[in-house]
Amino acid sequence: MDIGGTLVKLVYFEPKDITAEEEQEEVENLRSIRRYLTSHTAYGAAGIRDVHLELCDLSMCGRTGSLHFIRFPTHDLPAFLQMGRDKHFSSLHTTLCATGGGAYKFEEDFRLMADLQLHKLDELECLIHGVLYIDSVVPSECYYYENPADPEHCEQRPFPLENPYPLLLVNIGSGVSILAVYSKDNYKRVTGTSLGGGTFLGLCCLLTGCNMFEEALEMASRGDGTRVDKLVRDIYGGDYERFGLPGWAVASSFGNMMCKEKRESISKEDLARATLVTITNNIGSITRMCAVNENIQRVVFVGNFLRVNTLSMKLLAYALDYWSKGQLKALFLRHEGYFGAVGALLELLNPS
Amino acid sequence: MAGHSSGTNRGSHSMDKSITLPPDEIFRNLENAKRFAIDIGGSLTKLAYYSTVQHKVAKVRSFDHSVKEADGDPLYEISVQEEITARLHFIKFENAYIETCLDFIKDHLVNTETKVIKATGGGAYKFKDLIEKKLKLKVDKEDEMSCLIKGCNFVLRNIPHEAFVYAKHADSEFRFQTTHPDIFPYLLVNIGSGVSIVKVESEDQFERIGGSSIGGGTFWGLGALLTKTKRFDELLQLASKGQHTSVDMLVKDIYGGAYGSLGLTGDLIASSFGKSATADKEFSKEDMAKSLLHMISNDIGQLACLYARLHNLNRVYFGGFFIRGHPVTMHTITYSINFFTKGEVQALFLRHEGYLGAIGAFLKGAEEDNPNQYSWGENYAGSSGLMSVSPDLNPMQRARSGTFDMLEMDRLERQLVNLPLLQDPSSYIPDTMDLTEDALAREYWLYCFEEALDGVVKRAIASQPDMPEAAERAEKFRQKYRHKLQTLRNQPFAYGSLTVRSLLDTREHCLNEFNFPDPYSKIKQKENDVALRYYLKVVKSLEELSWEQRQFALVRGLLAGNVFDWGAKAISDVLESDPEFGFEEAKRQLQERPWLVDAYNQWIERLKGPPHTCALFFVDNSGIDIILGVFPFVRELLGRGTQVVLASNSGPALNDVTNGELQILTERIAAMDPVIHSAFKEDRLTLVQSGSSSPCLDLSRLDKVLATVVRERQTDLVIIEGMGRAIHTNYYAMLSCESLKLAVIKNSWLAERLGGKIFSVVFKYEVPPKH
Repeated sequence: MDIGGTLVKLVYFEPKDITAEEEQEEVENLRSIRRYLTSHTAYGAAGIRDVHLELCDLSMCGRTGSLHFIRFPTHDLPAFLQMGRDKHFSSLHTTLCATGGGAYKFEEDFRLMADLQLHKLDELECLIHGVLYIDSVVPSECYYYENPADPEHCEQRPFPLENPYPLLLVNIGSGVSILAVYSKDNYKRVTGTSLGGGTFLGLCCLLTGCNMFEEALEMASRGDGTRVDKLVRDIYGGDYERFGLPGWAVASSFGNMMCKEKRESISKEDLARATLVTITNNIGSITRMCAVNENIQRVVFVGNFLRVNTLSMKLLAYALDYWSKGQLKALFLRHEGYFGAVGALLELLNPS
Repeated sequence: MAGHSSGTNRGSHSMDKSITLPPDEIFRNLENAKRFAIDIGGSLTKLAYYSTVQHKVAKVRSFDHSVKEADGDPLYEISVQEEITARLHFIKFENAYIETCLDFIKDHLVNTETKVIKATGGGAYKFKDLIEKKLKLKVDKEDEMSCLIKGCNFVLRNIPHEAFVYAKHADSEFRFQTTHPDIFPYLLVNIGSGVSIVKVESEDQFERIGGSSIGGGTFWGLGALLTKTKRFDELLQLASKGQHTSVDMLVKDIYGGAYGSLGLTGDLIASSFGKSATADKEFSKEDMAKSLLHMISNDIGQLACLYARLHNLNRVYFGGFFIRGHPVTMHTITYSINFFTKGEVQALFLRHEGYLGAIGAFLKGAEEDNPNQYSWGENYAGSSGLMSVSPDLNPMQRARSGTFDMLEMDRLERQLVNLPLLQDPSSYIPDTMDLTEDALAREYWLYCFEEALDGVVKRAIASQPDMPEAAERAEKFRQKYRHKLQTLRNQPFAYGSLTVRSLLDTREHCLNEFNFPDPYSKIKQKENDVALRYYLKVVKSLEELSWEQRQFALVRGLLAGNVFDWGAKAISDVLESDPEFGFEEAKRQLQERPWLVDAYNQWIERLKGPPHTCALFFVDNSGIDIILGVFPFVRELLGRGTQVVLASNSGPALNDVTNGELQILTERIAAMDPVIHSAFKEDRLTLVQSGSSSPCLDLSRLDKVLATVVRERQTDLVIIEGMGRAIHTNYYAMLSCESLKLAVIKNSWLAERLGGKIFSVVFKYEVPPKH
């Protein structure tokens, strides 16, 4: 599992080739956990199994089975631990591989509440291993947007990530980390920014009163950010030719909100949209600078900020393409936020 | 981007505000004003104009001695003439005053030929009609960014101590930077409603290399939405009181502590506003404002660093309304830059940042006058200086105290350049002591200058016996200078680093302001006259000495001459009470060897070697100093085959000898002394002006002609004489040739600080390390 600032990501490998003999020997506790996880798609108030991401007929460690992807809010971790205790998870004598900051922060809670010892793993290493693994086993994992400038013809296209290095890996969770990856074990964290998914949701909650990511995204999809932002054309009447700035570019995010009349004329949806655009463009801009500074052309975006967030993905694809004059390509992965957890699972299977 | 295009929510531009200062003290010299420029921003208007100032200058003129040579006649004639000099005026005021100000200008603008006013800033469109109607001038709009860059180049080139580093918790909040002789290339990050990052490579070459939409407008707009607070200043005030940790998700909120393997500390912000992603919690306005401020400052800092690295630039200036003198934002930007560059790049701010657009627009309109071919100097008497930015002052007070802010720049007669003999022009700092940082020294010197004020006023009145209103003007001078001293007591950083030099220069500027161009002219005249009578006697007695004895006597003569300094209170008291105090008395006052700093033996050893090719001598006082101290010494150098260049002030300061006076004195001495006569005739002895009118010496701002002469003559010895030039300034100056710095310390406090007593002698002889 990968315990982040906002979400806990859990991946669970369910062997499907269990023989009758094995079934017999299987401890009752394990069976009960397996059945609980695989027979539900929602757990408690906010736990979700992303069924569409499930990988079937996967062979791992000599077994064939399914890889399940489950997430729940980090603040529900105590409930999760309680469940682990109720289901006597500790009796299985299994190691729980965990990554993300929560592996450190909650280590004590795991021990005290559920009698579980965590095997803590570095999150960036897990992330990279997870990305490389999933991409190697899932044929159409990686994709890009064709014609990002043209909404009519903008389409997803698979991108075979055969020779992936060097690669700029941008992980957008609550915050953002940007990694330059040169090989499986050779990477560095280039920089990061605190303006990430947590900022989008945090600001949306304050500005619109919503409290769910999906809700915020849904509002954003209906809003018009240009009523909130001050565009180049709002200042110069059109393009600012002296500096090659197109009129549609945002000159000042939330810039129109300096004016009282305009503050009163916009909707919550407009605010959500402006927030999304602001955060997304900023990530795009920092990413582009890092790519240029590190001399890397291929950029892979991952992280749960991008989950069901086509708006941001298309925006990133367009921004990178436009401002780099076609030099940079934005790539995305279907298992967006689960790579850290996958990497942790791999560590369990192939301890290095 | 578009730094000034905000602020439409400042409400109507009500006219009920009244101007607190008399307008004629703000819009000065309007009678001759021409070439107007205006920069109208979101809340402040900056007006610029060129004008001429008529003021009195003291001139000396030699009598025709071949005709009339009666005893008792003065040596030369002093006349006060009217001279016209160019001055640039810049005034900053709140937009609310625009109409009042335009009315005032219209009423006072007489016979100007100006037809056009250059305009820039977002508000230029909005007020176009008003300006055209009121002033009957055509508004000519100029590109904002080009104006900004032009203005930036101008202040960096002409105002020493323009740029500073901000350090919130240091003894002095502002650490001023010495201007690099080559100001290019640099990065200008302009944080207006958005952010523009511009790379400036030369006077006319700049490029917007990037920018961001997250800028001052985002802070203001988003801040207004989150906190229901309308004004930018109030938002900053809220932010300065808030705690961001209740709103932001920190690394330790995720990790429980630091993320050690990446070197990320626990207090680092992992996700801005990460804790506000909840519907069931209330957050205080202060905390949200603070979090927003951090978010935006960090983001801008990060981008600035990425661009600086990509373009390999390490001078990064920040400006725009987000920065403009706000300690809160200067602090967060500084913090961010330090974090992202690990201290490799320093965030630099500008003292006159708010004026850049107006200066640039003005320069665009004045291109036919080619203002860049001149050197300009900040006039301390007419400039407001940097306002106090103490965060304790509430924003309303701050706004009011800064209601009218002024900058005046005088066109200098001469173009100023570096002394070619500076070892490293980029690290040269003229001043020995920085009173901005040294609170004890500051106290002492401010007290000193206040104490001396009565004497200066008296001297000023006495210098103009024929003018009955002199007393009244002198009184105005007293008030002005005392007010400056008070300002500097509270805001030592107002004009850059506070130094003894800046205190002296401010006094000279104030004296000039009230038409006391040369209060010491008569004293200098009398003392020169007296000293000349002893010249031959002194020379003759020196010639009777052995070589070794003579060398020592010459140095002692120089030092004794240097005692005659009206700028030192201990001396002026003696000179006023004892008119008989002369050369011999002064010699007796001198400290016996070994001196406080004593390199005499090395100097003598050097003299036994080959002669110097050319010596550049920065001279100090009139009278005994120049005539009985310097000239015999120069005579000896000439005798060795060394050429001598005497550098004296272009304009008067205290009783320092001016170039005009020195010209006459040299001719008079040449008439008596064949050695000087032939040297002067054959140009082995040359007089140049320093380009300065200060009792101190800034070797990075010297007359261009001086620099040429120094280079052409292969100068290999620099002699700097006197407290002002060799102690208060240049004591630590490193030159690429041999140098002699000598002075008598005529101030007990300073002497004690240096470990000596009053009349201690500094005789510093330095040879640059061989490569």
